[in-house]
Amino acid sequence: MPSQRILSGRGLVFLAVLVAAAVLVPVLSLAVPPASPFHLSAYAVTLVGKYLCYALLALALDLVWGYCGILSLGHGAFFALGGYAMGMYLMRQIGARGTYANPNLPDFMVFLNWHDLPVTWWGFSSFTYAMAMVLLVPGLLALVFGYFAFRSRVTGVYLSIITQALTYALLLAFFRNEMGFGGNNGLTDFKDILGFDIQSAGTRAALFSASCAALALGYVVAAAVTASKFGQVLVAIRDAESRTRFLGYRVETYKAAVFTLSAMMAGVAGALYVPQVGIINPGEFAPANSIEAVIWVAVGGRGTLVGAALGAVLVNWGKTFFTGVFPEYWLFLLGGLFVGVTLFLPQGILGLVDRLTAPRRPEPPAERPVAPDEQVLPAPVAE
Amino acid sequence: MPRKRMPSTRIVAALLALLAGIGAGLGAARAAPVDDALAHFAADKFPETDVGIDALVASGAPTAPAVLGALSDGRLFFDPGSRKVYVVDAAGTLDDAATGAKAADVTQGGLKKVRLNNAIRSKIAAAVGGLDLVSPDRTKRLAAADTAFAAHDAKARGAVEAALAKEEDPAIKAMLVQARAAIVAASGTGPEAERLDAIATLKARGDGDALNLVDQAGAAPDASPAVKAAAASAAAAIRFTLAVWQALQNAWYGLSLGSVLLLAAIGLAITFGVMGIINMAHGEMVMIGAYTTYVVQQALASSALGGASLLVAVPAAFLVAGAVGIAIERLIIRHLYGRPLETLLATWGVSLILQQLVRTVFGADNRPVAAPAFMAGSFHVGGLEITAGRMWIVVFTVGVFAALQIVLRATPFGLRMRAVTQNRRMASAMGISTGRIDALAFGLGSGIAGIAGVALSQIDNVSPNLGQSYIIDSFMVVVFGGVGNLWGTLVAALSLGVADKFLEPFAGAVLAKIAILVFIVLFIQKRPRGLFALRGRAVEA
Repeated sequence: MPSQRILSGRGLVFLAVLVAAAVLVPVLSLAVPPASPFHLSAYAVTLVGKYLCYALLALALDLVWGYCGILSLGHGAFFALGGYAMGMYLMRQIGARGTYANPNLPDFMVFLNWHDLPVTWWGFSSFTYAMAMVLLVPGLLALVFGYFAFRSRVTGVYLSIITQALTYALLLAFFRNEMGFGGNNGLTDFKDILGFDIQSAGTRAALFSASCAALALGYVVAAAVTASKFGQVLVAIRDAESRTRFLGYRVETYKAAVFTLSAMMAGVAGALYVPQVGIINPGEFAPANSIEAVIWVAVGGRGTLVGAALGAVLVNWGKTFFTGVFPEYWLFLLGGLFVGVTLFLPQGILGLVDRLTAPRRPEPPAERPVAPDEQVLPAPVAE
Repeated sequence: MPRKRMPSTRIVAALLALLAGIGAGLGAARAAPVDDALAHFAADKFPETDVGIDALVASGAPTAPAVLGALSDGRLFFDPGSRKVYVVDAAGTLDDAATGAKAADVTQGGLKKVRLNNAIRSKIAAAVGGLDLVSPDRTKRLAAADTAFAAHDAKARGAVEAALAKEEDPAIKAMLVQARAAIVAASGTGPEAERLDAIATLKARGDGDALNLVDQAGAAPDASPAVKAAAASAAAAIRFTLAVWQALQNAWYGLSLGSVLLLAAIGLAITFGVMGIINMAHGEMVMIGAYTTYVVQQALASSALGGASLLVAVPAAFLVAGAVGIAIERLIIRHLYGRPLETLLATWGVSLILQQLVRTVFGADNRPVAAPAFMAGSFHVGGLEITAGRMWIVVFTVGVFAALQIVLRATPFGLRMRAVTQNRRMASAMGISTGRIDALAFGLGSGIAGIAGVALSQIDNVSPNLGQSYIIDSFMVVVFGGVGNLWGTLVAALSLGVADKFLEPFAGAVLAKIAILVFIVLFIQKRPRGLFALRGRAVEA
């Protein structure tokens, strides 16, 4: 297959929208007076900024699921780990302004009668170090976990289930006070980031623009990866894993590499999410969150990148709307979305758009053939 | 000066006691020691009260139990002038402590309460035990012997030996021998033979209390080398016995947890293991079963069947959950065969809908499900403590597992189901309606999950989130045991349960759970198809 153009027309539109949002939203929020109908409140800016973080998570998930057939039900774990790394930096920035006014320890450690900062917290006063951890911790976990899982040829639903077990185990672990990450309450009461007040409208607008930039960058990286030869091999693995292996590709290396990249993107999403919502707690590890992220991708259209981001924003906007207006019915709707999309819209919204706008041909365009690896219940062949 | 006054008060008390004794002696021959004893209470001094209790017990007076009970309840009063002691009974009337007769001419206003401290309270407890040791009531004697063992108060030795001489019931006799041994061991005095005998008795008893006492006997300052050696060997033997019982207890807890896991996972072993359907709504089938139990119990509460509501709930839960399962299969899963990842997502959606449905109908808070009488309480087997509810769940699980095996192995439906699983097209060619079998098999798996819900409603909160807590565990069990293998599921559930309970004492409950999860994740890496992987043709299907 000839190598593809990195950015399709749709991708360029997507990037243009992101750039426009990154510029316009701060202007509308800060420069336009509050009385004007064009003014954006800090609440709205933060809300949409949160959606953008979800969109980046969905993009990361689409990279592994849509292009490599790895359905991870544990991507929320990477998101949360990135969030915790950022949260730890923000905790250290509080300094002596906590309730206990201890300059060396976060409040919850004082409360637990600890006297020294645990090793895991060393260095988190430095923004650079914290950002490195945002990438490294999820990346390293994904690399180790992925390497072992893919080397043993754990595929299909088995992989989905053990990724779910992974995030569940982390959920249980982070609930423990002894872990030193705030236990049940998590990390919160943040004061400022890089010296700027985290509550101020300016910081919020900046975080919003940063989220736009991260999403745009993530999109470009993911698009470049999928358009490269590496990406072609990923698609080959998705559609016929055994055949790709027999052709001489080291399937597990490819899978582990893309899984790690995806986890790092999820970590960045989490790191941008935490300063905007102002809290990170073990609830972010809940398996339900990770599965919800999968439905964003499915709604938008898997294997399209843009669709994943679109799906994340749409579903979460719907969630905000419905939990506000009909809180009783949101779960019915979300559940119905899971069922309806898988049954009637397997290619998601973008797939539907493609089908409706495709020029009529003599033959109807063939659906993507079901991958042979998906047809049977995983039969990871032992050697 | 208090120091100087003390002897004089004692003399006065003794004199008064003497006077009282003489006075009472005119009435009844036995009253003298009683009054003597009671006079000590009137002295208003703790050491005197202490002496008085011993004297009272020694007197063997019929009113002694009542007086001691009153003393411990703070209902014993004395007249500072006449030095007579009175019991105030529940109705507030005063009785003469010596005779038990109504003391109509005395009012409580002029009386002083006999004071208590903790030393006196424990003294009373021991004294009451001494009285109970010779009580005509067998259960009282047994309890008293037990108490005497637990207290192992050297002062009670006389009472224990006296009771031992009179006792005829072998069980109580054995208990009294142990109590005497406990007293000897705890006191750390006495001839060597007696101590060795005590150590041997305690070793035979072999529980935690006996271990403490044996250690005390060995640590006595004047213990001879023989006593020390006997104590050390007895302690080692008891420690070993205790460790064995502790291990058995852990194994029982593990078995109990394992049976819960098995119960939750067994339906999944059919739908996921045998049919290959990833049913994320499996936990909700369990939840539906639990709510069916609640509804049945509410419906039958006022009828004659109220006590047997659990028995009615079992088939009801099977039918309700099974029907829901068949509906899910026909409406949704049928269209997704061959696409396991999509099935996973769609059934997750179903689980959200079912949870919200139950929340809307029954509310978000826990529903109470009462336990029937036969599932309440607990009993001991040797050193094991077994709760009846847990035991019945183990029994129930075994029954469900056996019934399922019979259905799969010995019924036409089971035969057809296995045929469809092994080779769908061939089965279809042989005239089996594969779609119908799929629906029924999924209904069977869901129905069994519903039955699990009946049992789990007894030990867990019946809330809309009930199923969520079991879904990951259930998948772990099925994957660990090997897909398509019910025996594998059994072994996996029990071994995970036992492993969890043996890890818990070292690591705590949460770490044990994490360790188990990590272990399974690693295990799947090593053996991706579980403990008991299917071999041969079934793998290709």
